[in-house]
Amino acid sequence: MAPRIGVVVFPGTNCEHDVVAAAEAAGGTGTLLWHGDTRLDAVDAVVLPGGFAHGDYLRPGALARFSPVMEAVGAFARAGGPVVGICNGFQVLTEAGLLPGALQKNGRLRFLCEPARLVVTSTASVLTAEATPGAELVIPINHFSGNFTCDADTLRQLQDENRIVLRYADNPNGSVDAIAGIANEAGNVVGLMPHPERASSALLGSEDGLVLLRGLVAAGAARATAAA
Amino acid sequence: MRFRARVEVQLRPGIADPEGATIERALPALGFDGVARVRAGRSFSFEVDAPDEGAARTTATELADRLLANPVIEQSRLELEAL
Repeated sequence: MAPRIGVVVFPGTNCEHDVVAAAEAAGGTGTLLWHGDTRLDAVDAVVLPGGFAHGDYLRPGALARFSPVMEAVGAFARAGGPVVGICNGFQVLTEAGLLPGALQKNGRLRFLCEPARLVVTSTASVLTAEATPGAELVIPINHFSGNFTCDADTLRQLQDENRIVLRYADNPNGSVDAIAGIANEAGNVVGLMPHPERASSALLGSEDGLVLLRGLVAAGAARATAAA
Repeated sequence: MRFRARVEVQLRPGIADPEGATIERALPALGFDGVARVRAGRSFSFEVDAPDEGAARTTATELADRLLANPVIEQSRLELEAL
């Protein structure tokens, strides 16, 4: 059976259906999870999709972190379950403390909506496990607060532990060390600003996101098999 | 007792503040000379019921640290006033 990818919907989330469709193109089945639920309903992987959870009030992700579902997402992540946060979902994961650092406003205060050239810099994560190290992927970005920042010790740790999974080739938002995506220590929690679901079909101009989503689906399948 | 809390949140020193920098660059065009180190931030106010000022300060500080500011990039300053 295809692994079940749970896609969390907060009030203001707007990429959930795209992620479900892309997860299915990558071989999984997608199911929507409501932010007010306290259980994850037997999913094999979780995606926090893009959008404006709780209107992005206060700071992006700051209020979503307190949604009831986040306790279950945290428990799932700590138990080794694959969790990926895309764009606003990445912001939620940092605010929730499941990933280090923070996403601040883009350098030069510019909203960015354009294809971004990314380099796969680590395959030690559920999202990049199927990608080729050093490969270039073209995947759209669409954000105002995607400028990743962290203190010097955290940056050194991310570098030394090979947890920077994707870097921008051109660093359009001013992120420290051109970081586009990072993983937690175990590699099962990943956050990235680019939208792989928007690069999941030739009709969308790029299929480069599929290799990432296939990695996530494979991680979900491995977890389903282990649980069975 | 009831207290009014005012929390000011700013980016930590050393964290790039593109909003403050943009405001600063606009100042000469408006004829403001000699103004420097502009930092942008936000201000929140709320009222707290607590037995004394210390308890109100504890509640307000925790609220500021856990929600109003992101300690990774921001710092907060609290002012408390008995009503």
